[in-house]
Amino acid sequence: MATMVQAIRMALHYGEQNLGVEHIFGEDVGPPLGGAFTATQGLTKNWHSPLDERGIVGAAIGLGFANVRCVAEIQFCDYIFNTIDLLKLGGMSTWATNGDWPSPFTIMTPVGAGIRGSIYHSHSFDAMMTHIPGFKIVMPSNALDAFGLMLACLKDQNPTMYLMPKALLRVDGDEQIQGEPPLTPEGKKQLKEMIDAPLGDRSQWKAKWPNLVDPNIELSKGKIVHEGNQVTVVTYGRHVLIARDVARELAKEGISVEVIDLRTLWPYDWSMISKSISKTKRVIFVNEDTEVTNFGEHLLRRTVEEHFYDLHARPRLIAGAFVPGIGLSDNLESASVPQASDIMNACREIVAEQP
Amino acid sequence: MKFKLEPKKLIQIHDLMIKSRVLEERLIRMYKQNDGYFWIGGPGEEAFSVPLGLQVNKGMGLDHDFLHLHYRSSPIMLSMGAEPIDSMRQMKNVASDPYSGGRNFANHYSKREWNVVPVTSTIETQYLTAIGTGIAQTKKGCKGITIVNGGDSGTAEGDFASALVWSSRPMMPLPMLMIVTNNGMGISTPYCNQFGGDTISARGNAFKIKNQTINGNDVEESYFAIQAAMKYVREERKPFLLEAKVSRLYGHSSASGANFVPGDVDSLDVFEKQLEEAKILTRAQMEKVRENYNSQMQEQAKQVKVEPMPSGDTIYDHVYYGQKGRYW
Ligand SMILES: Cc1ncc(C[n+]2csc(CCOP(=O)(O)OP(=O)(O)O)c2C)c(N)n1
Repeated sequence: MATMVQAIRMALHYGEQNLGVEHIFGEDVGPPLGGAFTATQGLTKNWHSPLDERGIVGAAIGLGFANVRCVAEIQFCDYIFNTIDLLKLGGMSTWATNGDWPSPFTIMTPVGAGIRGSIYHSHSFDAMMTHIPGFKIVMPSNALDAFGLMLACLKDQNPTMYLMPKALLRVDGDEQIQGEPPLTPEGKKQLKEMIDAPLGDRSQWKAKWPNLVDPNIELSKGKIVHEGNQVTVVTYGRHVLIARDVARELAKEGISVEVIDLRTLWPYDWSMISKSISKTKRVIFVNEDTEVTNFGEHLLRRTVEEHFYDLHARPRLIAGAFVPGIGLSDNLESASVPQASDIMNACREIVAEQP
Repeated sequence: MKFKLEPKKLIQIHDLMIKSRVLEERLIRMYKQNDGYFWIGGPGEEAFSVPLGLQVNKGMGLDHDFLHLHYRSSPIMLSMGAEPIDSMRQMKNVASDPYSGGRNFANHYSKREWNVVPVTSTIETQYLTAIGTGIAQTKKGCKGITIVNGGDSGTAEGDFASALVWSSRPMMPLPMLMIVTNNGMGISTPYCNQFGGDTISARGNAFKIKNQTINGNDVEESYFAIQAAMKYVREERKPFLLEAKVSRLYGHSSASGANFVPGDVDSLDVFEKQLEEAKILTRAQMEKVRENYNSQMQEQAKQVKVEPMPSGDTIYDHVYYGQKGRYW
């Protein structure tokens, strides 16, 4: 019953052991802390970088050129904005050289609200990132996917952006990562003893890694996490859990909601979305990034262009308010990013709407 | 004038300097004849860049040198063995352009086989990607080093400071030869508008990085300074900051006309006078070299003119490695 952050850590360990990962770096990524969210605790190839985001991203690109596998962490995506030109550059090397240079490197960064992180620890990055061609972009919603998607990134020959939904990092997985202790309270305790650094002096501590198996999750494949036939909700990250709960609730009212976890934001699984829309005739896209030039707007555009005559109701986007940041106070945060009630109301409304 | 280098080496350097100059003049002519949209290049940096290109440990992978170059590096590439016609192909943006398939400006080289990472127009970002190959080359037993070059104005960007910071950390010193070719200008902005210090190389002192400023218009001074700096980086696996004072003989780029700007030291003139004086080459021999390259490249430019352009339906190719066609 690994938490998402334990799953990421195990994936990085797997990467060190089996996928040739030679450098894992970022601010506070080395021992003893192992990253602000402990995603790199207990590893062997992790080290502290200077406090320099442009240096971190540039170094990752250069390591990619050298064909040396690396994972670079930006401590919060709120601090990645001064590297946009470098992300453009990293995403363009293969294309600009007409295919001469592969550019394999992975950047991971925590995103989104949900932990009362105030203005500078709550930003989302999916809208901005999906404007940058050349990357493959993922965001897991559970521990097993967090593990499998990281391995998929580490096996890819292209730049990959691994967005970590920070509100889910401490959430327990409910599917077994093959090799981890059993999904029981005892198993959870056992895993903690194996791979979580103890409090206090850690200088002698070494992680005991379980013998893990790659679940071979493919990039660009979504997952239906709740089947339904009246409305499709397409989302990713922490809103997958919220949407799934909403779907379960609404099932009691006789409303049948299909929830798709996109998992890979780019290139995304259009065939899964398209098939579902053909079935339900109604679709709502949900994410928490700001609503203007939001990635969901692209999905809406494609829905309108390719499914206009299939739809029985106008398609919708539920996204974050277009404001400069997320205010700290409970009421401010809740008013800024989509809540369960927003999704629930939209589902009721869209199902009631008749052509 | 007494040379330290062997006559054979001097003749080779002279040949490559002429080759580079003739190529740049050809590229400018192509631009002016509408056979290209933009010119930017390296006339005025030959005395420094040819000796640099000749001393690179060329090849692919960590045991060879990685090059993170800026857009004035044609003498380096030609000295490493690049073909002038390929630069013309990039200028004309034809499909056969081996560096970008017609996608990028002239003198934006890229050659994986030689560890030449893609030149980008963004000033100074090459000092950041250089950190990455530098880290890769900290691997035990690794023989290659990382070489990065850029102009003087660009050092005002934080990326230059990043390279100094990352390369000089005691826990992970990086085998990086950081070069600044200082032509005293950034487009139209004089050096004194960018920097209040005496030399750019002195910035290395704050990081305990070995550094030196040299006259990059002098062939031998450049040759031996590069040799010593490379030896230090290669053997000590530590960074070196080398500033070379050079000239900008045709202005910044085609945006400022790409016309010869009299007044600056022309290193090729200087070198030719020295070679003549030392009786290594006669004026007639040197003229002959120039004429040969001139006529060769004139023919090549004609050939490039009729080569096919890339087709518009290839725009989606290579967004991802090995991928062709529209993918989403
Ligand atoms: C990041 C960035 N900012 C601005 C420019 C526009 N630009 C192109 S060349 C140049 C001047 C560079 O001067 P210097 O570094 O001295 O190099 P030089 O061209 O003189 O060799 C500028 C401002 C750019 N290409 N990239």
